[in-house]
Amino acid sequence: MADDRESVFASLRASLGRLERRTPYPDYPADAATPPARRGTGPGLFRQRLEAGNTIVIEGADALAGLLRDRGVRTGYCDPDLVPLLATALGPEFELRAGFDRNRADDYEFGITRASAGIVETGTLVLKDQHTSDRLGAVAPWIHVACLEGGRLHETLAQAFDDLGDDPNVVLVSGHSQTADVEGIMIHGVHGPGEQVCLLLESEKETETGP
Amino acid sequence: MSRQALDAFAAGIESEVLEAIEIGARSGVDKRLATLTEDYADADALRRLAGQVRQHTLDHLDEYLASAEERLTSHGAQVHFAASPDRALEMILDIVRASGTRVITKSKSMASEELDLTRRLTEEGFEPVETDLGEFVVQLDGDRPSHIVKPIIHKNRRDVARSFERCGLGDYDDDPETITRRARAYMRDKFLDARVTMTGANFISAESGRVAVVTNEGNARFGLAAADVHIVLAGIDKVIPRDRDLALLLSLLIRSATGQRITSYVELVAGPRLADRPSGPREMHVIFLDANRSSVVGSDMAPILRCIRCGACMNACPVYRLSSGHAYRGVYPGPMGAVLGPLLAGNEGFAAVADLARASTFCGACRDVCPVDIPIPDLLARLRARSVREGVILARAGVPSMAGYLLLARHPRLWRLAMGLGRVLDWLPLRRLPLASIRAWFDSRTLPRWRGAQFRKDVKRGRREQEDG
Repeated sequence: MADDRESVFASLRASLGRLERRTPYPDYPADAATPPARRGTGPGLFRQRLEAGNTIVIEGADALAGLLRDRGVRTGYCDPDLVPLLATALGPEFELRAGFDRNRADDYEFGITRASAGIVETGTLVLKDQHTSDRLGAVAPWIHVACLEGGRLHETLAQAFDDLGDDPNVVLVSGHSQTADVEGIMIHGVHGPGEQVCLLLESEKETETGP
Repeated sequence: MSRQALDAFAAGIESEVLEAIEIGARSGVDKRLATLTEDYADADALRRLAGQVRQHTLDHLDEYLASAEERLTSHGAQVHFAASPDRALEMILDIVRASGTRVITKSKSMASEELDLTRRLTEEGFEPVETDLGEFVVQLDGDRPSHIVKPIIHKNRRDVARSFERCGLGDYDDDPETITRRARAYMRDKFLDARVTMTGANFISAESGRVAVVTNEGNARFGLAAADVHIVLAGIDKVIPRDRDLALLLSLLIRSATGQRITSYVELVAGPRLADRPSGPREMHVIFLDANRSSVVGSDMAPILRCIRCGACMNACPVYRLSSGHAYRGVYPGPMGAVLGPLLAGNEGFAAVADLARASTFCGACRDVCPVDIPIPDLLARLRARSVREGVILARAGVPSMAGYLLLARHPRLWRLAMGLGRVLDWLPLRRLPLASIRAWFDSRTLPRWRGAQFRKDVKRGRREQEDG
């Protein structure tokens, strides 16, 4: 294996040695690819972009109870840290399990985990490992509810990439799982959740800026 | 051989397949254009910028590759370098054997196609499962992907339903939603059984070591939640300088590939899971595959390594649309494949695929849509020149001799005479000439009426008018 490394780098250096001039790194703003019409921030705009991108947005535990009731689901995975808050608010009608048993994966009709932030430009939820109690609980059930505390918004994709930190696994989630592999017809719910929900908790009042 | 291998293949394609390809490719072109036009006043400026970022990376690839290795290692990932596809396969086999798994889930990875990985893992007694729906159908059929973003662009729903029925995934039902639900149910068990999951990489940041993988289905995401071991197989050309470049490159990649602004999921993986988390890989391996890429870097063909695998060039290419991805006989179809395929084949394999550079009308559509500004027609022309220099017979098939042109072009008087007599061509039965290459040429072309010598006359007249004031 060490031999391969050596031969790859030797070949690279030999090839690059032929160059008379090397292309410089261009000086450009990190948000160069953010379309002018997608600029702006604030919870209202974020919500609008989430909904346009197939994420259902709800506020408060009552709305969550209504959604789960409407879908006819009762049992799901829930981040242990959120169980005290949500179990009381949702009531005994719903069973929130604080652990995800992979041997009974089909028992979980929904999964509730925390989101780390949102991206207004693309209507995206940022799921970092440090805030995701169980990756399986977030991806396996048909309905995923990502709880986002208000105020943690990035205006652009570029800002979000600037804030990845040293988290080993960050997932940007923009809507539900989908495919168009068969004749280009869009079908939702392939491997990931068929319904993506964003539960906004304690939304802070923020200054809304338009594009 | 009287015609190009690609032309011969195209002549045998059923009209139903061609129709499926045409519809799929055209919708790709339309969606891409609609999003780029709506979002950017000058998308070309962004394409040039992205091209410069990619070219800069290639021109400093030794430094960036070493940096990516260092960052990944510091996060607890194990980094390997494979000089060839066979060496990469050996490394993958070592890792999966050590894991004790039988089932391996796999997300779409073009690099893995270079290894023919699914077939070879199966031969070694493992059960690799392609989890992208299109790739799964390809696996069921023992087929090959014919497009790098839409692997089953050549199949319709009836084909897929028949494959599912044949493989015991339910009675015939060609409803796309039913097909999708059946794939979900089947794959779910595989995800939970597999101790190893494999992905490719759209980009790897040299600054952080972060591996970016985009999907819409969530297959990479499920694999990265359920498995214990994550193997990333990526070409050495997938490295980019910084995390900040992800915003630019992902924005262009996704718009060019599917016309979306962002895919449902973008995975950004820098290492094994946090120690206190219950799910996610405990072990991460990144295998950087060379396979002749290092010899292309630094050459006049290097711009092809800027490619970010969006598939826009094949959607736009009239030759691809009429011949299908399978006509390119390799992993990478379409205009980018016609360049990359012969280069990755190395000096030894070049002659066998050098004819692919002929698979172009030089219309330039591939260059115009490329999100990283690759001058594909120029690169194809260089490959054609190389095939002539090296006397590759296969690449000359069906190509009329240029000896007559060469003679005329070297002798101005003869040229003038020929131009004057050229009108005779309008009356000659050229199609009936007993020359195979001439007949092959006329199979798909019509000669316009002769207008030779007009250019010279116009130039002379212009000069006279200039002199007369």
